[in-house]
Amino acid sequence: MSEAQGGPPEEGSGKVENPRTGGDYAPSVAARLALWQRAGGVAVPLLTTLLAFFIGGLVVLITSGKNPLTTYQAIFEGAGLDWFLEIGSYELRIPFTDSHVPFPWNVNDIESAAAFNLQQTLLFFIPLVLTGLAVAFAFRCGMFNIGGQGQYLAGAIVAVWVGTELPGLPGLVHILAAVVAGSLAGAIWAGIAGFLKATVGAHEVISTIMLNWIAIWVGSFLFSLGGPLQNDTQPFVPVSNDVVEDARLGILWGDPFLQALHVGFFVSLAALVVYWITLTRTTLGYEVRAVGFNPEAARYGGISVSRNYFLAMAISGLFAGLAGTLDVLGWQFRLNTNDVTISSQIAFVGIAVALLGRNTAIGVLLSSMLFASLVVGTSTRNLDPEIFRPELASNLTLLIQGLVVLFVGADVLILYLLRKARIGRRGSQ
Amino acid sequence: MDRPVVLELRGITKRFPGIVANDDVSFDLRQGEVHALLGENGAGKSTLMNVVYGLYRPDEGEIRINGEPVEIGSTRAAIENGVGMVHQHFMLIPVMTVAENIVLATEPVRNGVLLDYAAAEKRVRELSTRFGLAVDPRATVEDITVGQQQRVEILKALYRGADILVLDEPTAVLTPQEAQELFTILRTLTEQGKSIIFISHKLNEVLEIADRITVLRRGKKVETLSAAGATEEQLARLMVGREVLLRVEKGASVATDPLLRVEGLHVLDDRGIEKVRNLSLQVRGGEIVGVAGVDGNGQTELIDAIAGLRRPSAGRILVGDEDVTDGSCRECLDAGLGHIPEDRQRRGLVLDFSLAENVALHNYDSPPASRFGWLFPNRLVARAGKLLQEFDVRGGGPLTLARGLSGGNQQKVVLAREIDRNPKVLIAAQPTRGLDVGAIEFVHRRLVEERDEGRGVLLVSLELDEILSLSDRILVMYEGAIAGEFAPGVSEEELGVAMTGGGRTEAAA
Repeated sequence: MSEAQGGPPEEGSGKVENPRTGGDYAPSVAARLALWQRAGGVAVPLLTTLLAFFIGGLVVLITSGKNPLTTYQAIFEGAGLDWFLEIGSYELRIPFTDSHVPFPWNVNDIESAAAFNLQQTLLFFIPLVLTGLAVAFAFRCGMFNIGGQGQYLAGAIVAVWVGTELPGLPGLVHILAAVVAGSLAGAIWAGIAGFLKATVGAHEVISTIMLNWIAIWVGSFLFSLGGPLQNDTQPFVPVSNDVVEDARLGILWGDPFLQALHVGFFVSLAALVVYWITLTRTTLGYEVRAVGFNPEAARYGGISVSRNYFLAMAISGLFAGLAGTLDVLGWQFRLNTNDVTISSQIAFVGIAVALLGRNTAIGVLLSSMLFASLVVGTSTRNLDPEIFRPELASNLTLLIQGLVVLFVGADVLILYLLRKARIGRRGSQ
Repeated sequence: MDRPVVLELRGITKRFPGIVANDDVSFDLRQGEVHALLGENGAGKSTLMNVVYGLYRPDEGEIRINGEPVEIGSTRAAIENGVGMVHQHFMLIPVMTVAENIVLATEPVRNGVLLDYAAAEKRVRELSTRFGLAVDPRATVEDITVGQQQRVEILKALYRGADILVLDEPTAVLTPQEAQELFTILRTLTEQGKSIIFISHKLNEVLEIADRITVLRRGKKVETLSAAGATEEQLARLMVGREVLLRVEKGASVATDPLLRVEGLHVLDDRGIEKVRNLSLQVRGGEIVGVAGVDGNGQTELIDAIAGLRRPSAGRILVGDEDVTDGSCRECLDAGLGHIPEDRQRRGLVLDFSLAENVALHNYDSPPASRFGWLFPNRLVARAGKLLQEFDVRGGGPLTLARGLSGGNQQKVVLAREIDRNPKVLIAAQPTRGLDVGAIEFVHRRLVEERDEGRGVLLVSLELDEILSLSDRILVMYEGAIAGEFAPGVSEEELGVAMTGGGRTEAAA
């Protein structure tokens, strides 16, 4: 029994043209969105991406006169993806052992530009996967979680707190404590929205957005001058203490002094597996999907809809909180009042990740990689300024991201036009 | 029959991806006749009429109106050619008046811009007297009955100059009395020279109203025959392509102990209006109790309350000996209730779930389907495979999405799931709504089998035929209470009177 999305491309979606109802078929935008999410295969997201890149390329051409292909190549290199092109015969050490296995890429290369860029991309990939899952899980229960930012922050703030206080703890215990506390903080933060929806019917879009702002201002207060979590040594800098050495995540690849890739990478991959298993192999996932597809039928089947609204939001928040926690313990080590508003915005990219990835585990994996490459590849630091002015380039990322989200909704338009063409080829009606 | 042919379809073929909805269908309509188009769901009736009304363009074939070949590329072209359509779901604006709805899009204007309301009203009155369609032009559409709304739709078509009227399943929403009134109207219309295409899958009414009948099956025309001399059995055979049992064969009921007891029940609807008032009834093992009534007399609220989906404001509900009055839906199910819901697509099935997942809707969280929260998809698939075979579900396997099945097969899946739970009492709400003759036969047979197994069946239906042919006892519900109890031999007229509040109130169950 496959996930509904992953199942064989159903002929059913082609049968929208039900002769019985054909004449007056006017579904809502939400129904269309659901159809888009359902219609099988990878063709649609792939097309969406290609179209977004194509239009992005046109914009590059028109606004700067640069060759779009050169620009995209520069972004490719800026993201460090060219590292994969250097294939040789190297070895990879198996963790916790001294044995090695053959590996086509040189992981001992930690300093070349390509390797460094790729580490940055993968570093960005970790929270993107998790914030993407945070949106996707709620979506599978029929909710739109726009509160990834607040949940990420809740996780990050609690992780900073646990990571900087309690200095005496042994390393592994300290890390586990921070991870559990940070994830739970995210779960609670989202759980508030889920609880409100389940009990009084408050719409999750409104409540999660408001919770975002509460998290931002609580964070700003905590790290501001004189705030309870402000650092002890620099009284005029609104930043927290550093996470103690023992509570930092282990380095997988790269120079520890230059934001290296940490073991959180594997945590994010594991989260994808957990996500998939939860949805397809547990009764909880069954309930969540039933409620997401048809709450009325779920209720008739004996499923508590409100309980699932709460649980699904809390689990969503767990993923987002984990994202914040891993960023803090993995490479940021501290939060300042700026980070609170800026770095947490990654959660919004998570929305695009979930939409493009159609809320499936594999889709979130691939679209996280795409967006991580785009964001890192166009950053001021990584993009070759000769090719394209980086301050324009990061706008290009936003542009492509926006186009993707737009095209998810635009199928309403496309299907409408198709339908129109089918009704009367002259389009008169 | 030498009246002129007003509409002629020659060799119409319409294909959709994967299916041929109309395959070389020819059809002709003479002036002043009612020509019924009969067929099961999906036989291509609506597609054919949408071709006539300009909603679809045929891939092949020709349409002639009054002998002239025409191109009908849009609904506007259809209207210009004198074709009017009354859809099954009315296309009226509820907050506007009858007259406003009728003149919509072709409003008479004064001084070039202002709506000439008086003129509109006058024209509506003229039309309504001429054709015997009594409606009040000033009434707001949302305040008038469904039967009257239908008249407004017919008037709208006539106002636009329709000589050919297409009625899509017009009686589906009407009470027997309202249907009779409609037939009177249709006769008046034909006397005045209008021609009518009457789409239906109900055999008795087709025989009553039509002059000629064309039967479609799987997109092809089977036969066109004169209504005089045709029989229901003959039509059913033409529709389905095999012999069909129209009357349910069943032996006498052997009623045992009461399995469902409802005592003094009061239920409010979502708006807080009391829809069920002091209702009591009993269903014993081995009997089918039919609840008849016009839609909206509290049937839905009654079922919801029994099934634990709506909390009653007073009264008691017992399944077996267990009091489930305030029980959750799950507790009602566990007490031994099976529930075939009124709306299978909205409530009975998760359309985007596979059939295996749908079949597990009530027991996904107990062994063997799952253990400690861990689901065993293979077991769901295995169980579904067995049930789909037993209930002869066609069009997909356990992994097919429920959305991909036809209505009849979807209903079989619901039936399979509810019966397989081995309930004490089975509530069947509108179990054959929208199903074709073959599927109806299947559902009816299964319900009788369940009765013979000793279960109690509470059948709630708007179809009097169904109530009459299945029930061992008939209760009529009117304004939230039981307005009478009848034996199965009762006439449709007598039930109809009770359904509209005219019956004596007997001591109910």
